[in-house]
Amino acid sequence: MKYVALVYNNPGAFEALSQADRDELMSEADAYLQEFTESGELLSGGAALADPSTGRTVRVRNGVPAVTDGPFAEAKEQLAGYYVLDCESLERATEIVTHDPAARFWAVEVRPIMDTAGAEM
Amino acid sequence: MTARAEAEDLLRRLAPQILGVLVRRYGNFGRSEDAVQEALLAAAVQWPEQGIPENPRGWLITVAARRLTDELRSAQARRRREEAAAAQVPSDELVTPPPGDERLPAEDDDTLTLLFLSSHPSLSPASQLALTLRAVGGLTTAEIARAFLVPEATIAQRISRAKQSIKASGIPFRLPPEPERAARLQVVRHVLYLIFNEGYTASTGPGLQRSELTSEAIRLTRELRRLLPEDGEVAGLLALMLLTDARRAARTRADGSLVPLAEQDRKLWNQSYIEEGSALVTDALARTPLGPYQLQAAIAAIHDEAARAEDTDWPQILALYQLLGRISPNPMVTLNHAVAVAMVRGPWAGLDLQGTIDADRRVANHHRLDAVRAHLLEMAGDRAAARANYQRAARRTTSLPEQRYLETRAARLKDRK
Repeated sequence: MKYVALVYNNPGAFEALSQADRDELMSEADAYLQEFTESGELLSGGAALADPSTGRTVRVRNGVPAVTDGPFAEAKEQLAGYYVLDCESLERATEIVTHDPAARFWAVEVRPIMDTAGAEM
Repeated sequence: MTARAEAEDLLRRLAPQILGVLVRRYGNFGRSEDAVQEALLAAAVQWPEQGIPENPRGWLITVAARRLTDELRSAQARRRREEAAAAQVPSDELVTPPPGDERLPAEDDDTLTLLFLSSHPSLSPASQLALTLRAVGGLTTAEIARAFLVPEATIAQRISRAKQSIKASGIPFRLPPEPERAARLQVVRHVLYLIFNEGYTASTGPGLQRSELTSEAIRLTRELRRLLPEDGEVAGLLALMLLTDARRAARTRADGSLVPLAEQDRKLWNQSYIEEGSALVTDALARTPLGPYQLQAAIAAIHDEAARAEDTDWPQILALYQLLGRISPNPMVTLNHAVAVAMVRGPWAGLDLQGTIDADRRVANHHRLDAVRAHLLEMAGDRAAARANYQRAARRTTSLPEQRYLETRAARLKDRK
């Protein structure tokens, strides 16, 4: 099963950390990525996202695009990055994500990715 | 067959034999496997263009052995540079033997040994699948990655991790000793079953490439059956795969939506698979100890042999589920058993049986429970409850075609009051 891990935090949360916390977060994040890439469970292709204020939201209504600056939702916590896990179960995905320092400093949401295949019903 | 397909077919059949020869000669499973993979890649490029060599097996052994000795020599040179210490393996031990050496007896036993090794219980299931497909199936890392819809680097990681575990646990290259062989064979069968399952649910869109896994699982299980013709569960597994895959063409519509068993166009079923699977399971049931794969195959055979859905021999299926529940009890079996009960004794009897697993933590929140309950409630005429259960199943499934099917069933109950 594939799961996407969505990292949420307040924009600017990283800068708000102390230097010691930032260093710890960075080195732990590297170790985390390496460990679970090597176990064959963390897939390449994840990404950190730029500040939500640099993004745009697009809605097309009656063929007319309406473009607004900034994120889709007015929320304190915003999507900051994501990566994909391919592992046995939601339990295993949850257990992997508990090692992500982002889960300690902020929060990580784990969501199953829909499969394009299905079983006979 | 095109030159490419012909070469590919031959390469996959030869892969485990070549690997067996190398491991026996050089003893290093991890490096031998890499060398064989490189030789297979070289052949996949050269053979379709230049023609298949007269002695393809010898060609592959020579190329793979050369890669391996080159690799061992450079590793040796590295060691020499690193540590001044002299005493090393005499270099003539690392020289490729002359071509005459390649004519060895058939290496059937190595295929079996490799199947056992690739599904060693010390490996994670994901690694077992990847290594089995590469070391025994002769698939490339790229092909395996495409089939599992993951990056190539991930499959490479799983294979290299598997090899590290094999090396670290000092697992010898031979058949497991008799006392543990039955248990280990069970794992081999399960790995093949998982490869099959991974492929058979996919038949359209981006999932299309995964159907290769189904044919690969069938091919490897045929191979296993050839090596162990007396094992009833290997026969049962092969029969189950054939009888399930026989319905492939009828299982989905052109747009990828799912067709339930009762509504499938049976003319599209693969009759030769049905005949072969039925014969296999009939024979196994008659002369080998009973096992869960045989029982599941027997149930699939009864479905496949009914000319119309309404001709299905449900009392017979019910009896087989009772047996299956006794020798291999688990909530998913009970769920299918409940469907059979409903078909024989009516929906309420089925719902009663299903009620016994509703609290089972192993299947709590599983969408199939809701989906089956929805079907049975629909059969019973309780449209509102059926609809609520279809909707809950649709929210819980992680498969897009299943979700679409379940939403359609739910919507149908809303439209006709």
